[in-house]
Amino acid sequence: MSIRGVSINIQGLGYRYSSRGNPTFSNLRLEARKGEALAIIGRSGCGKSTLLHIIAGLNRPTEGIIEFDGKKVDGPSSRWVMMFQAPHLYPWMKVAQNVGVGLKFARWPEKDKAERVAEALRLVELQDYADVSVQDLSGGQQQRVALARSLVMEPELLLLDEPFSALDAFTRASLQRDVRSIAKRLGFNLIIVTHDIDEAVLMADRAVIMAGSPGKIVTEIEVNLPDPRTRQDAAVQAMRARLMDEFHAAAQVAGTPFTEEAKQEEVIIDA
Amino acid sequence: MSNAAAMAVSSMRTRSADALGHAAISVGYFVGGLALLVTFWWLVIYLASKNPSLSQFASFGPIPAFKSMAHMWETGHAQKALVASGYRLGMGLLIAIAIGVPIGIVMGRSRRFRELSNSPFQLGRMISPMSWEPIAVIVFAGWEPAIIFLIAIAAVWPIMFSTAAGLAKVDPAWFKVARNLGAKPWQMVTEIIIPAIMFDVVTGIRLALGVAWIVLVPAEFLGVSSGLGYTIEDARESLEYEHLMAMLVVIGIIGYVLDLGCQALIKRYSWHKQ
Repeated sequence: MSIRGVSINIQGLGYRYSSRGNPTFSNLRLEARKGEALAIIGRSGCGKSTLLHIIAGLNRPTEGIIEFDGKKVDGPSSRWVMMFQAPHLYPWMKVAQNVGVGLKFARWPEKDKAERVAEALRLVELQDYADVSVQDLSGGQQQRVALARSLVMEPELLLLDEPFSALDAFTRASLQRDVRSIAKRLGFNLIIVTHDIDEAVLMADRAVIMAGSPGKIVTEIEVNLPDPRTRQDAAVQAMRARLMDEFHAAAQVAGTPFTEEAKQEEVIIDA
Repeated sequence: MSNAAAMAVSSMRTRSADALGHAAISVGYFVGGLALLVTFWWLVIYLASKNPSLSQFASFGPIPAFKSMAHMWETGHAQKALVASGYRLGMGLLIAIAIGVPIGIVMGRSRRFRELSNSPFQLGRMISPMSWEPIAVIVFAGWEPAIIFLIAIAAVWPIMFSTAAGLAKVDPAWFKVARNLGAKPWQMVTEIIIPAIMFDVVTGIRLALGVAWIVLVPAEFLGVSSGLGYTIEDARESLEYEHLMAMLVVIGIIGYVLDLGCQALIKRYSWHKQ
């Protein structure tokens, strides 16, 4: 499986749900290098999930442009694939059928499809589960199937919308580690939307903090840490503390000061 | 193979053995139930026919009926009636499916259409299918298409509402995921919508079959000279009560077999976790 990343250029991006309503965000500017892992963090309602859907081509922006490698994005494509908060697997299909569904849409020959699916299942360590019903899998295994379903398309960009927030802490940690390691090995870009500061530190090369309403990018911080990263590393903990400070400061700058209650509600702090 | 996957396979084998045991018990109950029914039938007719004023009821018993059934089979009368009724039932059901499934899909997908169509469809559903008969006879050139129309109008509602209900249960995220993975609009229908709602569509067809089977026999009482309904009416008029009872048994058996077929299809297309 050979995948390459994509350079991303977003300029003057704006979105509003209705013509009379307030913009969800406006005049956003964001760039990413080939193979870069980007985490977008922010409070609920700042528009980070909407931004991700627009980058994936699932929603259309009301203003601005998105370019991948200099070409305008105007809809969904198997080159940029999204993973959602829940796996949303098709329960009438077996594991391998779920993983290969995108290739089926693209009308791949059966033999090539089977090879590619087997390879994707090996990547997510589910090679023994090809013929098992997805309804017999745990939540973590189902999310791994969803990851394999995305990887099998050999995307240049994988977009993740809080994909591990419904999982237990151990499964979440292992998937965070595995997704980053697979992305780095295969060279594709990641854009992760999260409100888990730890997730951003463990998975991203750069954290982008959004705040306010309408949402705006308040600050960007390089997460220059060696791999593999674990929560116990002093450098990880220091970066986490720095991101947390920046996160709170961003809320003040954006005019939505953080109350203690909001901190508890919006920022997941793993013990 | 990992331990967890091996356990999954072993659990599947245990489930297969359990299923075999359950099937044997089901067959036992099936045969026992039928034996009880025939015994009860025989007893009622035997007791009735012992009364001299009711002696003519003897030919309603199971033995004359089974003999008559064999005779009607040998002469080809039973097959002729079955083919004629089967054609009308099949055509009526096909028309109901062809109309009911697409409209059900639109009802399930479009809230506006669902709300707009609710009152006319609920009203139409409550009109007894047989009350359309005089209109059908006027509108259609012969009895044959009129009977097919009656079956179709009886069968369309359960198929339509069941399809719409099935679609309403579909997780909207499945469409988003499919679009994200490059599904074309027709692939949304063939790969996502149809497999997702097949269970509900077949459940609707099963209900429709029950209604259509009930409508078929009285619809054939008038105007046609073939079919199960006609054969019953003919047997009554010619006082051949053993033929009449034989046809009742045939109607029961065929209806039961068709329902078993629908149940097998429902099981085949059910993806809901047991």
